[in-house]
Amino acid sequence: MSESTAEPTGNTWGLWEVFVRSSRGLSHVHAGSLHAPDAAMALRNARDLYTRRNEGVSIWVVPADAIAASDPDSKGSFFESPQGKDYRHATYYTKSEGVKHL
Amino acid sequence: MSEANASATRITPGNALRPEDIALEVRTGLAKPTEDVAEYALRLGDDALILAQRLGHWISRAPELEEDIALGNIALDQLGHARSFLTYAGAGVPNQDGTAKTEDDLAYFRREHEFRSVQLFEQPNGDFAATIARQFVVSYYQYELYRRLTESTDATLAAIAAKAVKEVDYHRDHSAQWVLRLAGGTDESRKRMIHGLRTMWPYVAELFRDDELTERLAQAGAAVAPSTLKEDFDRLTAEVLNEAELEVPDVPAAPGGGREGKHSEYLGYILAEMQVLAREHPGASW
Repeated sequence: MSESTAEPTGNTWGLWEVFVRSSRGLSHVHAGSLHAPDAAMALRNARDLYTRRNEGVSIWVVPADAIAASDPDSKGSFFESPQGKDYRHATYYTKSEGVKHL
Repeated sequence: MSEANASATRITPGNALRPEDIALEVRTGLAKPTEDVAEYALRLGDDALILAQRLGHWISRAPELEEDIALGNIALDQLGHARSFLTYAGAGVPNQDGTAKTEDDLAYFRREHEFRSVQLFEQPNGDFAATIARQFVVSYYQYELYRRLTESTDATLAAIAAKAVKEVDYHRDHSAQWVLRLAGGTDESRKRMIHGLRTMWPYVAELFRDDELTERLAQAGAAVAPSTLKEDFDRLTAEVLNEAELEVPDVPAAPGGGREGKHSEYLGYILAEMQVLAREHPGASW
């Protein structure tokens, strides 16, 4: 297993990703990343860096290496395949006569 | 800005009391401190101002970028408290034409012996651990003070304290987290934390000394006698120190005297740096 990026190595703090929820009912949104020696300090640093202007009511921090990301080079095979597949959208279908509530 | 590029987070200014609001109340006569309250506001304003100046020195010099911002935030919180207290204090010391002195008049055009801050606030930053030690003492003290001041019979003092206490609560947490980490980190960080606490602790006693002014204000319900904060301060700081396996430093108290304008050798240098621009170019703005 590779070394966690969230663990401090030598004189460098680990990397954390920050997610901020701006108000109740909305989801947490990725706001950026930061360095911190541990989770408790990562939360505090996130508070200082990303909620200075009243931006949030909740913060999540995640060790950067805990996030598995899709490969930017496989954009075609990953994300372009749904193109042209109109039948995956509700608007593709015509409403049958006599259906009142759809 | 398109929706796709819009910030992930929303920005709102909030509606807490600002120094500008106090200035307006002072100008229109809505807020008028008694002579005692003005002197008291000057004390608390000077404490916060000198600490803000000290902490500001860390900007670009902190161990990590994130901590740089954390200390900068705390410095700005303190500066905000200073602005509010000094603006209010200015209403009690009018100019010759009867207008109130402004926060800038008080910050930039008083001399060393006219500052009323206690000596802890002007102590040098030292290394990071020494700054954390000073923050630890200051924020636990200010929290107990502001928490009680929210009940002040003086509405403006109570309003300033109500805003400040939330900010200082966070300063407490910040300093406590660092006391725990430095004490529990390496041998070197623990040694420095102990040294930092020993350096700052002689100035703790001065924070809790009553004098005639605080006694009169406490009687009137406008302020609290500093001595009454000590029990909670001792208990809460001891909790953190115990968890960090540190002891309350056993050091003799410094003579103090900041409230009467007697300062350590450091304040003059702080003021020289803080005041030089305003004195060289009075009324300058940018």
